[in-house]
Amino acid sequence: MSTPELEVRSLTTRYGAIRALRDASLTVGAGEVVFLIGPNGAGKTTLLNTVIGLLRPTSGQVLVRGEDVTGSSPDSMITKGVALVPEHRRIFADLTVRENLLVAGITLDSATRERRLGEMVELFPLFEQKWTTSAGYLSGGEAQQLAIARALMSDPEILLMDEPSLGLAPTLVDLVFELLARLRDEGRTMLIVEQNAQRALEIADRAYVLRSGEIIDQGTGAELRERTDLVSAYFGSEQT
Amino acid sequence: MTDIIQQLIDGLGRGSGYALLALGLAIIFGVMHLVNFAHGEVITVSAYVSYWLAIHGTSWWLIALAALVTSTLAAVVIEFVAFRRVRGAEDFTMLLTSFGVAIVVRAGFSMWVSTKPRQFDKPGWIFNTVRVFGISLEIYDLIVIGVTAVTLAAVAYLLRRTMFGVALRAAAEDFDAARLMGIRANRVISGAFALSGLLAGVAAVMILMRRGQAEPGMGLDILLPGVLAAVIGGLGSLSGAVLGGFALGLAEVMVRAWILPEGLTGLTDGVVFALIAVLFIFRPEGFIRVGHAERV
Repeated sequence: MSTPELEVRSLTTRYGAIRALRDASLTVGAGEVVFLIGPNGAGKTTLLNTVIGLLRPTSGQVLVRGEDVTGSSPDSMITKGVALVPEHRRIFADLTVRENLLVAGITLDSATRERRLGEMVELFPLFEQKWTTSAGYLSGGEAQQLAIARALMSDPEILLMDEPSLGLAPTLVDLVFELLARLRDEGRTMLIVEQNAQRALEIADRAYVLRSGEIIDQGTGAELRERTDLVSAYFGSEQT
Repeated sequence: MTDIIQQLIDGLGRGSGYALLALGLAIIFGVMHLVNFAHGEVITVSAYVSYWLAIHGTSWWLIALAALVTSTLAAVVIEFVAFRRVRGAEDFTMLLTSFGVAIVVRAGFSMWVSTKPRQFDKPGWIFNTVRVFGISLEIYDLIVIGVTAVTLAAVAYLLRRTMFGVALRAAAEDFDAARLMGIRANRVISGAFALSGLLAGVAAVMILMRRGQAEPGMGLDILLPGVLAAVIGGLGSLSGAVLGGFALGLAEVMVRAWILPEGLTGLTDGVVFALIAVLFIFRPEGFIRVGHAERV
């Protein structure tokens, strides 16, 4: 069995006395699209933030291609080829679209950074007309595309995404999932937190289900869609 | 009319120093959410270095350069020695640390130099006057306004056109999101302190040219108008800090010149504070409202 691109082993993260993540373990293989699904407060964002280094775990390990990177800083994780599209996008509203992307390319040399800027414009044509627009003036869908483009600037091997469809209108949700499918087809390894579980499972290779900080189930997208107990508990009104 | 222009020049001159201090404070507040009450102490350190150089016959051009270098280094050292160890702590801890640094610096100079002010020669030529369009102006005021304008333009260029500047602005807006982009926390914070120290150094040179003395408690006295200016402008806003500085300087001059009768000019500070209080009643966020990302 080949070494997973990303592996989380028995990860526990606390906020003070509260264990937000308990003994969570998962793997993401090369080129896989793995989703983390579960209700609000399940620990999904905590897991991603611990992997990327914004939070320090109490115990457990994070491994990237077999290398222990537990507790590495976010900038260190970027150099190891891991990038995060954070929850609520967190674009820099006072910076222009171009400046948002420039910042995301800060670990690159200037020639590579300029080349990647051009590639982002090809991938997201809307940026061409919004290049000098303050990011705070972008619509929700445009901001989400910018947040994804920022993460892609460093050309990461492993892309983490936290609720990419959150707060978007249905047509924009379609756009986001089309983009995710395109990235999947490019062979990107992705670990994605998503509340829109039905849509997630349609494109997922595998998924893990979190509840109260623990991973309670896992399987392929097709397997989990067939699980009626999960469907009623977590997919609720999304089931049609 | 010439009186009005004279007062405006005076106000801009006073406001220049406030603007530079306020901008330095705003830069640090942006990345650390801390009002750094130790910021004035880099001026104190520069003052004593300037004093030492002056009594050894150094020319004022070299003294000015030394003051800039000293204040920049002092700011970086203060960050490394004091603030780095409490980074991520509660806001109150960081605030206490800033006061602690200020107290240590003050006590240090009191113990090892003197509690009394140390005087040194000022460059006499700066107090000469020139006539510009019929108005008699001190060379000092022209230097202060000119140097401040150049400094602010240089800072604007740095913040808008360099990777360091863009990174600093990103970190000031959302520090964790900036780290997710690959920005190194230590590097951007050290850079912010260095830049704020340099700005304080420019202010220090202008202040020392006028005062010609170093004393242990001068840091806080000089800093307080800068803090006020930063708050007036909208804490965290860089352009607001500059605006607040000039507004404060102009307000002080105008209140003294046009509002208060001659025998009551001692009430200038009180009247200015009253005006600021009125401002905060109607606009508590200051001139420019800054929205900060909250950690969730």
